Formats: sequence, structure tokens, C-alpha cells
Amino acid sequence: MPNKINIDTAKCVGCGSCEGACPFGAISVKEGKAVIDAAQCRLCGSCVQACPVNAIVMQKEETKNGIDKTQYKGVWVYAEQRHGEISSVVYELLNKGSELAKTLNVALSAVLIGSNISQKAQDLINRGADKVYVYDNPVLAEFQDDPYSCILANLIKEEKPEIVLMGATNIGRSFASRVAAKIYTGLTADCTALEIDLETKNLLQTRPAFGGNIMATILTPNHRPQMATVRHKVFKEAQAVKGRKGEIVNKTIYAQTIINRTKFLGFFKDESADVNISDADIIVSGGRGLGNADGFKLVTELANLLGGAVGASRAAVDSDWIGYSHQVGQTGRTVAPKIYVACGISGQIQHMVGMSSSDTIIAINKDKDCPMVKAATYSLIGDLYEIIPAIIKELKNKGK
Amino acid sequence: MRILVCIKQVPGTTNVQIDPERGTLKREGVEAIINPFDEYAIEEAVRLKEKVGGKVTVITMGPPQAESALREAISRGCDDAILIGDRAFAGADTWATAYAISTAIKTISDFGVIFCGKQATDGDTAQVGPSVAEMLNIAHVAYVRKIEEVTEKFIKVQRMMEDGYDLIETPVPCLLTVVKEINTPRIPSLKGKMAAKKAVIKQLNAQAINADTSKTGLAGSPTQVKKVFAPEQRTGGQMFEGEPCQIAAELVKKLSSDGLI
Repeated sequence: MPNKINIDTAKCVGCGSCEGACPFGAISVKEGKAVIDAAQCRLCGSCVQACPVNAIVMQKEETKNGIDKTQYKGVWVYAEQRHGEISSVVYELLNKGSELAKTLNVALSAVLIGSNISQKAQDLINRGADKVYVYDNPVLAEFQDDPYSCILANLIKEEKPEIVLMGATNIGRSFASRVAAKIYTGLTADCTALEIDLETKNLLQTRPAFGGNIMATILTPNHRPQMATVRHKVFKEAQAVKGRKGEIVNKTIYAQTIINRTKFLGFFKDESADVNISDADIIVSGGRGLGNADGFKLVTELANLLGGAVGASRAAVDSDWIGYSHQVGQTGRTVAPKIYVACGISGQIQHMVGMSSSDTIIAINKDKDCPMVKAATYSLIGDLYEIIPAIIKELKNKGK
Repeated sequence: MRILVCIKQVPGTTNVQIDPERGTLKREGVEAIINPFDEYAIEEAVRLKEKVGGKVTVITMGPPQAESALREAISRGCDDAILIGDRAFAGADTWATAYAISTAIKTISDFGVIFCGKQATDGDTAQVGPSVAEMLNIAHVAYVRKIEEVTEKFIKVQRMMEDGYDLIETPVPCLLTVVKEINTPRIPSLKGKMAAKKAVIKQLNAQAINADTSKTGLAGSPTQVKKVFAPEQRTGGQMFEGEPCQIAAELVKKLSSDGLI
């Protein structure tokens, strides 16, 4: 049974006791009867006790695990950093998180874990965080699952947020699972939409499954916090407001509460990919239709001209025309750029799931019946070795 | 070394459809296969056995028909298999799945490395592997693309990241989730196929692993599916045919009027 609160209008005498008792300003007396604003109500029960005629009826969900959900307040964003830089997905989460926090009438906090990163806390406040918990310690310099998950799980147990959002990155997806396992709560992977159910205050978490062929809306009705990893590039970044006010809480780590079984031995940058395709706004991809490795010279020329990155289908990677780090699709990377140009890619489902949320898709293909052409915003039908040079020429002319 | 590999049987296509009347997935007529990512996990487990000795036990949780996935894993070089199955496990989310699998693994005391695929192609969560490691209280490394060094005490691996890879050393026992790049799975051998046919699959139910059934299946799952629906299809695309120069010009004009370039 979901949480519900109702005014029995037959009993209500419109005395206004509840209006004064509500700490959230969610009740007002209109036309002689109390009215509850569901968007503001936190189901705290103050009004139920204040009512002299027992006109307010609250049904609280019976939680099987005995969790008192009303103790969990606030929206959190895990402020992922890599090599000392905040990942851009964090700004997207702060934007969405602040919207959710506003709906729930609670604060938005960020959790920052790393080494020499305290100066980034104000950046998170500028982007919408009301509070930032900072763990700054040399042992936390590089991401390792054990210490990061211990810290986040312990802080969640202490502070009891109702929602925790993390980026669906390699880091986020790896250690969010450990955190959720530790505290026995629900974790929804790779969400593409988040919304508050106004009646129950539950977080509606929508995500693709079966490679994007099915969408599912998931709830964590009886456990707290409600944890979700969120796909990169789905929400817009929060804009920075310089000098925004917020609280910075510097936390100390206690060695006895942190385990760290793994050793970080080094980072090796992928030199072949100048532009990380997961972050690129424009991607030009090549597939089997290129016919040979040389075709990627043309693809790269177009990508460079557009200021974008080079992607590839599995067929092109498996033919050794280009490295695996460029592969888009189910067994490669998921991307969602503003423009995705598919050159000689027919659009097998495994490829489509990796790029179908791109804003504008341009297909260049001989076959006008292939799935990529059907999905594309614009399709150019013909020989890509004629069409791509023509586009390059046109773009160069335009630039003059 | 006792090596474990956790696999999942999934529909052979992700091109599943929703029954418009019931709002459930149409699964009829879809062939069941080993999750493609798990094939790399099986291969890596078998390669590790070939290198350091020992045996590979393949584990799955699922309905009785998941036995075919276990037999296929044996044909690819695993030595024995465990099927974790019980009506009490039905409807499990990632937490409750990890609970059942980790509880079953606790009945095997001497394991060294546990392999999983990075994620399954039906749920696409990538959550069960790391959760199993947490519940077993062992270290894990996700997105492993190469094993550089192995001893009885530790293992050194490359962890694939968005911008390159991290080199991580983890003590044994540990759990590794692997990506496609790690190997090329072998084709089942004739000897393997014979072994698969003859293999006796060990069955473990909730009672056998002493599971707390308040933590299994739908009842033990913190998350619930509220609804499933088909994603919006892209429609209304525009097609250009004709002279390359002309259609290229039309495209550039479009992109420019859309404000994209």
C-alpha cells in the first residue's frame, strides 16, 4: 500500500490547527476545509496529531524491512572525478538533482571523493549543490572500489538521503553496485528519465533494457535511499552561477572503517583516441560499407572538419580497419552526440542501441531500405566515396 | 586454483517485443543463448585454468531450461556446473539475484577467481557481478580487458576506462567482470561436447544453500518494475537522392538552417 494522506471533509471543521502545525507549508484552509498540497507534503504526520477532530487520515506504507522512509531526506549526487577533474556527467546530475530536490522541497548535496580536490567543491555549489561533502586524502587519489564504496555507504548510513544519483560511467556502475549491496537498497542502472511520483514521493526511474528495445520504469518503494546510475548526455548540464552560497563539509576518513584490498598501479592513456567518443558532440562513424581501412581517412577528414570524433561499427573494428576504442554499439560504447553521421553502416540492432539517442542522425548509404536510413533524420543515398567528398567540399566552401 | 564463472541465459535477440494487451515481454519462439559477454568470461576462466591448473565450475541462476547454457559452457572447457534454481528466486532484481548467487557460492569454500561478463544483454545493468563480490566480502575489478599476471596470491589486471586503462592488482580470491576485448572465445571441441552430454549438473535450491527467502525473488528485491513500454520510434526522416554534389549541398543547407553547423 502506498503512502497516502487525506482530509475527511465530513469531519474537518476548518479550524486551521493543521495549517499551523505543518512544517512544510503544505496545508491551507480553503472554503472552510483543509487542503493538502501533495507536492509539498512530506508525510511527516504533524498535522494528524494536531487535528482536534481526527479528520486527517494518513496511511503509511508498511515496509517489510522496517525502514522508516520519512527519516531519509535530501537528494545526493556523487561528484565523480577522474585525474582530479569533475566528470561532465556530474553537472548533468546536478541539474536533474536540483529539479528533483525542488519538487521534494529538500536540499541537494554532492559527495566529492579524491585527492587534492577540495577546491572543486565551490564549483559544485556554483552548479547547484547546497552542500558538498568532501573526502580529500592521498589514498583516494585514484578510483578503487573498496575505499570509495566504504566511504559512500558509511556517509549514506549517517546522513540518510532519500535519493542518490551517480553517473552510469565505468566508475559509477562498478562501485554503485557495491554500495547498494552493502546497505540493502535498490539500484537502477543507466537511467534516461527521472521523475518524482507526487503522490507517493517515490522516484520513477526509467531506463532502457534489451539493448534499448524496451523501456522500463522502476521503483524502489520500500528501501532507502533510492539509488540510480544515469546515462551521460541525457540531461543538460547545470549552468554555473559564480559565488553561489553553499556549505562545504570536510570529512575525515578513519582508517579502521575503510578497507582497501586492491592496489592502483598506474593509468595508461588511450593515445589512439584523441577525442573520447562518449564525450563528443559530433561523431562520424564508418562501417562495412567503407570497404577497406583507407576509408577511415575520408571519415576522419569529415570528422576533423566538423570538429568531431571518429566512431566505427563492429564490422569495421572486427576487420581491423580501426581500434576497438572507436566501436559504437552494444559491445562498444554508447554515445548520444548532437550529430551522428553513419557512413556505410546499415544499422544492425547492436549498433543502433549504441547511438539511437543521438539528436540528429545522418545516414550515408547505398541501400535506402536499410535500418539506419529508416532511423535517420537525414539520409543521403548513393556511393559514400562520392557523397563524403562532396560534403567536405561543401563545408569548406561554406567556411570561406 | 578453483575458478568459478557466473553466466546467464538470455534471449538470443534483443529485438524483443511487448505484448500490447498484457504489457509483458513476448518471449515465445525466441531461442535462449549464453549471454554474449559471458562467453568471454568462460573463455578467460578456461585459459586461467590451463595456465595455473585447477578446475572451472560454471554457475547460473535460472529456470530448469538454463541447464542447456551450463552444458554449453562445459563444452567450451568448464569442468562442472551448478544450477541455482527455486521458485523462491523468481522475479529477483539485481540485489536479490546477487544474494542468491553469493549465498550459493558460499557453499564452495576454496574458490580463487570468479569471472563474470561485464553485463547481460537483456537487463544491461552490469550490477550483479560487483554486488556478488560485495556480498562475498571479496575485492572485484570491473571491465577487465587483460590479465597481466596471476599467482595463487594476487592477480594483476587492466581495467578498461573511458580514457584508457588502469592497472590494478587485486588479492585472490576476487571477482572480475570482463569485456569483449579480453579474448576470442574458442569453439566447443568434440571432447567438450561429449563431456557436456555426460555431465551431471548439480542443482541447488533455496534450502540447499540455506538462503533467507525474505531476501530472495520478488519479495527480497528492493526494486520493482512499475511498467514496461516500447520506446518512441524515430519517424519523419528526410531522404535525399540524386547527384552527390547536389544532395551534399542540400544536407549542408539543412544542417545550417537547423543551427547545427
